Amino acid sequence: MRPFREALVSLIRRPVLATLSVTAIGLSLFIVGLFGLTAHNISRALASVEEKVEIVAYLTDEIGEDQLRLVRTEIGAYPEVASVEYVSKTEALYNASRELTEFSDVFPDLEINPLPASLEIRLRPGHRTPGAVQEVAARLGSYEFVDDVRFGREWVDRIHTLRRIAGGTALVLGGSFAIVAMLLVGTTVRMSIHARSTEIAIMENVGATSGFIQRPFLVEGLISGVLGGLLAWALTYVAYRLLDRAVFAVLWLPDPWILAGILAGGILGMVAAQRSVRRELRNLYAI
Amino acid sequence: MIRFRNVTKHYPRSGNALEDISFHIRKGEFAFLIGPSGAGKTTALRLVHMETAPTGGEVTVSRYSSSRIRRREIPQLRRRVGFVFQDFRLLERLTAAENIAFALQATGAPRAEIRPKVMRLLGHVGLASRAKAYPGELSGGERQRVAIARALATDPLVLLADEPTGNLDERASIGVFELFRQLNALGTAVILATHDTTLLRRSPETRVLELESGRLVYDSASDAAARPARPSAGASPIFEFVADAADAPGRSETRQAGPEGPGGSAP
Repeated sequence: MRPFREALVSLIRRPVLATLSVTAIGLSLFIVGLFGLTAHNISRALASVEEKVEIVAYLTDEIGEDQLRLVRTEIGAYPEVASVEYVSKTEALYNASRELTEFSDVFPDLEINPLPASLEIRLRPGHRTPGAVQEVAARLGSYEFVDDVRFGREWVDRIHTLRRIAGGTALVLGGSFAIVAMLLVGTTVRMSIHARSTEIAIMENVGATSGFIQRPFLVEGLISGVLGGLLAWALTYVAYRLLDRAVFAVLWLPDPWILAGILAGGILGMVAAQRSVRRELRNLYAI
Repeated sequence: MIRFRNVTKHYPRSGNALEDISFHIRKGEFAFLIGPSGAGKTTALRLVHMETAPTGGEVTVSRYSSSRIRRREIPQLRRRVGFVFQDFRLLERLTAAENIAFALQATGAPRAEIRPKVMRLLGHVGLASRAKAYPGELSGGERQRVAIARALATDPLVLLADEPTGNLDERASIGVFELFRQLNALGTAVILATHDTTLLRRSPETRVLELESGRLVYDSASDAAARPARPSAGASPIFEFVADAADAPGRSETRQAGPEGPGGSAP
């Protein structure tokens, strides 16, 4: 109880500085929160796109029925593959005439069917990454009767890159703000230490352990950090509501992310406080 | 109990503070540490308190040695070594009782024990009736008594006092000094660093260690037998006092030969 009481008293006595360091932590985590929101939404979008990721292997006309059966069974046994659907030349033509209505007049007049038969392959979740897709596609391409392999590679790549950029930006910007926040928390704690230097000297003098002396300052950092985390949560929520209402439907962050953010604030504050406390106490009472 | 073995303390900026000092203070002993400003008295006390480590030699206090003590053992050592300052170092926003309780809390005393112990300590230093007074409401002598009670809170084996009467008038000085003597009679060793020769005259039988420019120039425990009863001209002026005081205790004119302490107590 003592460390909490003293930490609160100390924060209340220096309201401007305390507000500044809480705001700094809040802003740094808000940046992380914003990009987290972006990354989360991209992830969700990616998941729905990935569900649609399918690989189409176009077959040569020479393939016989036995070979087709063999190839289907073999491909179906790949650990990455969820399903293999055979689309015959006739079905392909039918699908094309239905989907490409502007050419509907042309199709009945064709003497030969120009469309190849194909295998439509869907992958299991977890194997829909660009790497896995490419790998399966390469394996399919090595079959003698496979003429060409197509998949939405560019899209998958692009969305993955976008997510990486969002994550990277969050890390760099959030990190820079976190450093500023740590400096501010450090300064606040240092001021508290200076304000109580006589007390600390007396405690050292009568034989208080360093843990006893440091604890209130660490708690002060922790409180600033958690308050900063809560501020970031509030700011991110406001941003989410604004985006959701004004721009497009956005998904809110999962609860564990929010908890992790607030916890990160606490840890940030405590680490900053610890650095300051160690340095200041060494200066104050050198041995 | 406290032993200095060839202790040298060198400060990087200001040079040598102590040079090859050796002495031993036994359990329950009372010793004056005298010498002019800058002679190294405070450095010697800080070495006992292990606020600083010697550059050469070894300081041992009870079972702790300056060359082997671990950082986390220092608080334990400090609980066995009480420290009293010239400027009292009381917390102005706390009452006399709270100042003493603060030391007990800081050293992890059980809550239930704090109050009775504070009252007992205040009684020991003769301030039982001033428990609720703030330092600003106390006289200099009373403040120093509170500081002494605080130093006693952890039941130390020894009290180190750095010019404890430096800010007090003569009457208060004598009162505080007598308090140290009483505490010593109850078994606590005392090392009292001072300029105040009045105190030496009041207690001519007490051991005296004299420092000059970082060297131990006189130790009454080892030098007394070797020196003549009345030293010839050129001997340490402090030694002269002690010798004079031994002849005629209370002779106030010998005072003027002594060095003046900071804010020294004028007779």
